[in-house]
Amino acid sequence: MNLTLHVWRQKSADLGGEMVRYDAKDISPDMSFLEMLDVVNEGLDQKGEEPIAFDHDCREGICGMCSLTINGIPHGPDRGTTVCQLHMRRFKDGDSIHIEPWRAKAFPVIKDLIVDRTAFDNIIRAGGYISASTGGVPDANAILIPKKNADDAMDAAACIGCGACVAACPNASAMLFVAAKVSHLALLPQGAVEAGTRVKKMISKMDEEGFGACTNHFECEAACPKEISVKFIGKMNREFLKASVKK
Amino acid sequence: MLAAGFTKSSVGKKLLMAATGLMLFGFVVGHLLGNLQIFLGAKVLNEYAVHLLELGPLLWLMRGGLLTALILHIGLAVNLALENRKARPTGYSFRASVQTTYAARTMMVSGVIILAYVVYHLLHFTFRVTNPEISSLHDAAGHHDVYAMVVLSFKDPVISGVYILAQLLLASHLSHGFGSMFQSLGWICEGNEYCMKKVSLAIGALIGLGYISIPAAVLLNMLTVPGGAG
Ligand code: HEM
Ligand code: FES
Repeated sequence: MNLTLHVWRQKSADLGGEMVRYDAKDISPDMSFLEMLDVVNEGLDQKGEEPIAFDHDCREGICGMCSLTINGIPHGPDRGTTVCQLHMRRFKDGDSIHIEPWRAKAFPVIKDLIVDRTAFDNIIRAGGYISASTGGVPDANAILIPKKNADDAMDAAACIGCGACVAACPNASAMLFVAAKVSHLALLPQGAVEAGTRVKKMISKMDEEGFGACTNHFECEAACPKEISVKFIGKMNREFLKASVKK
Repeated sequence: MLAAGFTKSSVGKKLLMAATGLMLFGFVVGHLLGNLQIFLGAKVLNEYAVHLLELGPLLWLMRGGLLTALILHIGLAVNLALENRKARPTGYSFRASVQTTYAARTMMVSGVIILAYVVYHLLHFTFRVTNPEISSLHDAAGHHDVYAMVVLSFKDPVISGVYILAQLLLASHLSHGFGSMFQSLGWICEGNEYCMKKVSLAIGALIGLGYISIPAAVLLNMLTVPGGAG
């Protein structure tokens, strides 16, 4: 199949960028989206042009590195799928595809399609951990946890920190990411102890990094490759209120 | 007490927006129930108006509370909207969305029009400056004839039109705002965020239809003033 790509090209963080048109020829529908970009880059390389820079690592949908907005949707049209797991059969011959980086003040573009996601690390550093050493991995069922809490904590912990929620949100809000981290720790006995201080610290860091606020469009959930539910945002709001009304 | 920094936090501000939205919503429901008494006739409505005024200091307390809530609600809406815009200085050249709604994307628009309408509405029925000739009549019992004021006003299709339009926007605002409020306050139970979307839509529609029923009934001659000019 043959496609027309419109790709954001930007030499470095401090230079401006623009959308550039490329033809992607002889693409197999069995290729992944990133393999398609590899083919385009090989072509560019042969012509002596600078290849398109994009983030990727595992290409298995587990590391959270890949980060492309495809036709306005972070990670592309498939629900619950990272862009490395998106395949070209999802497109039609002759399609034109717009590829842009995550767009947020807190995620500045480093080069082309690569953004700096240090802001997420800073939020984790602000409280996304348990500060007391809880020892080795406990024996299964040594600490009893209600099935529902275990399931919810597991669902929240599925977050791979890719930042698609921010990229999808009309307000570039990081609420889904922070909510997932806050909930996953608050739901388990080891994390519950610090739940109050954690939620306040992480939210205040999130604001400081320049992310927007939630207006409940739920676009984050639609873009999340791990399909993390917006119910965790409600839970985070409740945790924050609980922590704030204490004396 | 609320911890320091609460009102500076994005989540804190959202909680306050939801709390003030809840107060305004409470008023919207109460006001609708009061207004619907128009269908029980002039006597009932006019006596209800007298009872409201008899609340005296309590009425002023409620008015003060609502005004404070409205100012806070709008102030926070504008503040958050500006911050949200700053959070994405460069937008996408190709824009798309998956599951947001028209009502959600136009909360600011519906809000500003509702505000303009509230100002007009107060000038019209509370301060009675826009249609003085029909606004200060008295009924047989000597009470202010609220019934005649409303019915004679809504006989004018322009005035009815303005009211109906404003209520459509209120319906839109609440169709998103009602569910949003529960999410912001963290009053969700498992898996009901989608159920809440439907409830929210239904609440918005019910409130809009409830209010619109009054000018509509006047335009359809289902509510009339005996003897024409009252
Ligand atoms: C009768 C008057 C009004 C009522 C009953 C009302 C009700 C509500 C409710 C219940 C919410 C949801 C709270 C939340 O979770 O954020 C809300 C949100 C909002 N309101 Fe209002 N509102 C009114 C007037 C206004 C006005 C005058 C404005 C703006 C000038 C406004 C702007 C907004 C905005 C921007 C949101 C945020 C939407 C979101 O975050 O989901 N509202 N309103
Ligand atoms: S490259 Fe690891 S998740 Fe896509």
